[in-house]
Amino acid sequence: MSTARAGLRRGSFRLLAAAIVVWSLFPFLWQLVASVQPDRVLGAASPSWLPNPATFEHYVNIFTVKGFQQYLVNSAIVAVSATAIALVFATLAAYALARLPLPGKRLSLAVILAISMFPQIAIVSPLYEVLNKAYLLDTYRGLSGVYIGLAMPLMVYILYGHFRLVPKEIDEAAKIDGAGPVRTLTSVIFPMVLPGALVAGLLGFITNWNEFMLALAFESTPDYQTIPVGIANFTAVHFVPWGDVAAASVVVTVPLVVLVAVFQRRIVGGLTMGSVKE
Amino acid sequence: MTVLLEAGAPRTAAPHRRPTLGKHREVLAGLALLAPTLLCVLAVSLYPVVRTFALSLRDTDLAGQQSEYIGLHNFAELLDDATFLGAWLQTVGFTAVSTALETVLGFVIALVIHQSFRGRGLVRAAVLVPWAIPTVVTSKMFGFLFNGDNGVVNYLLVHLHLIGSNVNFVGDPHTALATIVLADVWKTTPFMALLILAGLQTVSPTLLEAAKIDGASAWTTFWRVTLPIVAPALLIAALLRALDAFRIFDLPYVLTGGGPASSTMTLSLYAYQRTFNALQLGYGSAVSTAMFLTEIAIAAGFAVFLVRRFRAMEV
Repeated sequence: MSTARAGLRRGSFRLLAAAIVVWSLFPFLWQLVASVQPDRVLGAASPSWLPNPATFEHYVNIFTVKGFQQYLVNSAIVAVSATAIALVFATLAAYALARLPLPGKRLSLAVILAISMFPQIAIVSPLYEVLNKAYLLDTYRGLSGVYIGLAMPLMVYILYGHFRLVPKEIDEAAKIDGAGPVRTLTSVIFPMVLPGALVAGLLGFITNWNEFMLALAFESTPDYQTIPVGIANFTAVHFVPWGDVAAASVVVTVPLVVLVAVFQRRIVGGLTMGSVKE
Repeated sequence: MTVLLEAGAPRTAAPHRRPTLGKHREVLAGLALLAPTLLCVLAVSLYPVVRTFALSLRDTDLAGQQSEYIGLHNFAELLDDATFLGAWLQTVGFTAVSTALETVLGFVIALVIHQSFRGRGLVRAAVLVPWAIPTVVTSKMFGFLFNGDNGVVNYLLVHLHLIGSNVNFVGDPHTALATIVLADVWKTTPFMALLILAGLQTVSPTLLEAAKIDGASAWTTFWRVTLPIVAPALLIAALLRALDAFRIFDLPYVLTGGGPASSTMTLSLYAYQRTFNALQLGYGSAVSTAMFLTEIAIAAGFAVFLVRRFRAMEV
C-alpha cells in the first residue's frame, strides 16, 4: 500500500513538473508556430496546431520591408556597451564594499539597493530634460549612459555576495606578498568571482536588452530605437500583422532562451546566493 | 592580521604604524573604487527623483516654454481627476492580486525545483524562459493568445464549452485588466520562484529529517518547519514583487494602451501619457510623485509587518 501511495505521489509530482514546463513554454512555442504560418492561416477561425504549410515569409518580411535589423543593431550597441561599463564599475564597488575597511559600508549598500527600487516613471522626465539639454536624445550615448546606472545596483548586489564568499586569508596572503588593493582585486580575487561576474553581466544585459519606457521616451527615430520599442510599434493601419510580430518576437527571444538554457545553473545559483547570508 | 603581527612585532620599534597607514590607504582605495558607482547611481536615480518632486509643484510643459511655481495645486487637481483615481485603484488592485497569485504559484514552483529529480535542469531552464523574454514581447504574445477574433484561448474555451462565444478579452473593460494580470503572472512568477528557492535552500536537511524521525507527516513538516523558516524570505520576495508590480507600464502600454475606457490605466502609464503625450511635465510629475509616495507606504507596511514578525519570533 505504501508503495502504491509513493507511486501516486511520484506520479502527481511529475505531472506538476510537466504542467510547470508546459505553462512556461506554451506562449513562446505558440509564437514560434505562428511565425512560420501564412497570414491566411493565422486569420482563420480555428487555429492550426502545426505549421502546415510552413513559410518563412514573415522572417523575410521583417528584415526586408520593416528594417528590423536596425533595431537589433541599436539594441546590441546600447545594451552591450552599458553592460560592459556597468560591470567594471560594479565589480570595483562590490569589491570595496565586501572587503575593504570602509566607513558606512552597510549604509552605502542599502542606499544603492534602495535606489534601485525607484520607479522608472519617477526618473524618466528629469532624465529627458538632462539629455535634451546635452543634445543626447536620439543618440546611443544618452540611452547607454542611463542604462549604466540602472543595471548597476543589481550587479553590485550579486557581486557583493560572491566577493564575501572568498576567504579573507587570500587577501592577507596577497598583501603579505606586497600587492595593493587594486592588484589584489585584479590578479587574485577577480578570477575567483568570475562566475558571479558572469551572472551579473548576464542579468544586466537582459535588463538593458528588455527595457522599454526609457528607450521609448529618449529615442524617437527608428535609427536609434531599440527592439522593444520597434516591436511595440509593429502595427499596420487596419490589422495587427501577427505573423511579423511573432517572427520578430522569436528573433529577439531565441538568444535569451539559449543564454538561459546554457547558464541556467549559474543564474539560479547567482540569484539565490547572497540573499541567504547575514 | 596575526600573521603580520607575529612577523613584524619583534623587529620594528613602532608595531602600530604600519597597519594604520595601510588601513588608511585601503580606505582611500575603497572610496575611489566605490565612487564611480555611487556617482552613476546618484545621477541616474537620486537626482531625477528629487527633480520630479520639485517639478510636481510647478505648472510647466515638457518643452520648457513656461514654468511657474504653483505649490500643491497639481495635487489638489489630482483628487478631482477621475482618471487618476481610477488608475490609482486599478494599480493597487492589480498589485495586490498579481503579487498574491505570484507568491503562491512561485512557492509551488520553488518547492518543485528545490527537489532533486531527473529533468530538474530542464524544468529550471523552462521556468526562466518567461522571465528572460522582454515584457513587450510578452504583451504581444498574450495579445495573440487572447485575441478576440480567433485567439487560441477563445478557441479552446469555446470548444471545452466553458464560454458560449468568443470573448474580446483585451477589448472588454470587464476582462482587460484580468488578462493583464494573467500575462504579468506568467512573466514574473519565475522571479518569485527563484527568490523563494533561495529561502528554501536555508532550511537545513537535518531539521527536516528530525521532523520525519519524530513521525511528522510531510504536510505537518511543511506547515510547522519549512514555512516558518521561509516566511521572511517569502515576505521580502513579495515586497520586491509588489513594488515592481505597482509600477507596471509595458503590459498595458502595448496590450491595451490603458483602455478600454481607462479600465487598464495604471499610474505609470497615466503619468507617462500626461508627460510625453499631453506634454504636461508638472502634472505628470505630480502623478509620479503620488505613485512614489504610495510605493513608500507599501514598503513601510511590509517593513512594519516584518519587524513585528521578527520580534514575535524572538520572544
